[in-house]
Amino acid sequence: MRLDLLIRISAKIFIPFIMVFAFYVQFHGDYGPGGGFQAGVIFAASIILYTIIFGSKKAQKDFPAIVFHSMIPIGVIIFSGTGLLSVFNGYNFLDYDALSHYPKHGQHIGIIAIEIGVFVTVIGAMVSIFYAFVSRGSK
Amino acid sequence: MTEHLPAIQVMIPIVGSLLIMLIRNNTLNWLIGVLSCLSVVFCSITLYSKVAISGAISYAMGGWEPPVGIEYRIDELNALFIVMISLASCIIILYAKNSLNNEIRANKISVFYSMYLLCLAGLIGILSTGDAFNAFVFLEISSLATYIMISIGQDKRALVAAYQYLIMGTIGATLYVIGVGLIFVITGSLNLVDIASRINDIELMRPLYASLAFITVGIALKIALFPLHAWLPNAYAYSPSVGTAFLASTATKVAIYLLLKYLYLVFGYNIIYSNPLFMIVIIALSLAAMFGASIIAIFQSNIKKLFAYSSVAQIGYITLGLGIANYNGLIGSTVHIINHSIIKAAIFLAIGCVVYKTKETSIKKLAGLGRTMPLIATCLTISSISLIGVPGTVGFISKWYLVLGAIEQGWWLVVISLAISSLLALIYVGRVIELIWFHEPEKNIIVIKEKLPKEMVIITIILTLATIYFGIDIRLTADLAKVAVENVLLAGDIL
Repeated sequence: MRLDLLIRISAKIFIPFIMVFAFYVQFHGDYGPGGGFQAGVIFAASIILYTIIFGSKKAQKDFPAIVFHSMIPIGVIIFSGTGLLSVFNGYNFLDYDALSHYPKHGQHIGIIAIEIGVFVTVIGAMVSIFYAFVSRGSK
Repeated sequence: MTEHLPAIQVMIPIVGSLLIMLIRNNTLNWLIGVLSCLSVVFCSITLYSKVAISGAISYAMGGWEPPVGIEYRIDELNALFIVMISLASCIIILYAKNSLNNEIRANKISVFYSMYLLCLAGLIGILSTGDAFNAFVFLEISSLATYIMISIGQDKRALVAAYQYLIMGTIGATLYVIGVGLIFVITGSLNLVDIASRINDIELMRPLYASLAFITVGIALKIALFPLHAWLPNAYAYSPSVGTAFLASTATKVAIYLLLKYLYLVFGYNIIYSNPLFMIVIIALSLAAMFGASIIAIFQSNIKKLFAYSSVAQIGYITLGLGIANYNGLIGSTVHIINHSIIKAAIFLAIGCVVYKTKETSIKKLAGLGRTMPLIATCLTISSISLIGVPGTVGFISKWYLVLGAIEQGWWLVVISLAISSLLALIYVGRVIELIWFHEPEKNIIVIKEKLPKEMVIITIILTLATIYFGIDIRLTADLAKVAVENVLLAGDIL
């Protein structure tokens, strides 16, 4: 199947910007609207766009499904690891005060750490679901 | 570290299940599962002894003090159930390895272990949390894990069963959240202790009743209280044997605890008795479960379905104790949660052994099991007998307290119903026992020729002996339940 030039080029232009916007939403999350979930969905959308344009075979070669499958538990491990880190420092579970000398910095670091966990899990889950649908019947 | 145990005992199985998803090596994953379950058992027993000495423990998640933050609250009652759940899951996962290898596809085994631990984490979370919405989150975690565990079953109908449970479970969870939302609007709090202290000052009764109704019906769907039990028989029948044993001995029990908590600790006597119709409905449904489900069980042709319907009937006994609502009735309920969990684990693990050898769950194929597999047949017989409530078995202890409670209330009709429904249990159990011992075995019934794995036999025997042991020595079941009921449920309207 020949790919439409217009679609292909515009997708190639858009995809990096979508990814950067995902990171903007991710790191802006503790000051304004946004956060790990939204960022994860936007990032996953870029990969889904890539799959739609270039086909599921090429997409799964460039972004293997196993990566996304393992991203789901890894994100939750980051989240729960942050919580357990507080416990090991003698604070309550998920008490971010434990993460720095100054409680306020600790809260900041803690929020970013768990939001990264959410980000990773959401990308993994969204793309895994999409891959599961598009590769149905092809095996 | 011991002050962090409430959080850690939920985190251990979660981390275990994540590691299993990453590693995907079946033997290693089984080991991770066993280790996580063992450490949860250790944590829960330590926590129980701590609670028994110093009273209820409150743990503030993230350092946010209750009622603002999420509180984990461990008292004698839920600490007891956490010990029960963790022990049950530990015993069942020790049994699981060969049974799963035999029953489900090799590439699904890791997923099963992972979901098993995730479900365990969710159940312990429901038990230990003191926050209404957090309980919903854990309810969803455990339910989602359960749907996957059911759908892994070999039979094609497992998918339909899982889907059926998915729909029913989601409706139940939705109703529960609507109820919690109403409570939040009325009281302005999600912390259960805080709600309990504010709820008696509420003057607007209608939304309060509405939330009571929503929460009760929502949880009743999870409990599989008759007539909302439609999902349960299929879910039990088509999931892998290990999954069935796990679900039967833990999942519904935890939902019953949640109902117990809402009725007696959150809403309190004043509200649930301000309208006498409410308790009458609960008692009527319990009696309907005891009779209806037992009668349906008599006509089942699938052994797992038979005992699944018997589970629905036994759940009726437990909710009947809630309805009786005096000292002995509540002890009866609490003890029956524990005892029924032991019995059903024993029965379904024994059935798991049969399935391992014969690959059949049809009741007719059980004929002559006493000759082909005498040890397992004996275990199945003894644990089924304790389901009826024969003296000297665990079933008798719980029914004894229920009967005492009903007599104290002067409800002779309920006492008679308890006796009659035990007779119904005798019929469906008798049908199984008659087939096992007094019929000729069919030819070529044993598909797998090699011997049963040792650990499967040993664990089935241990659980069967437990159904007798706890029927004689009640220090670990009824006495602890008494302490829990005295200190928690009857400690007044407020926690």
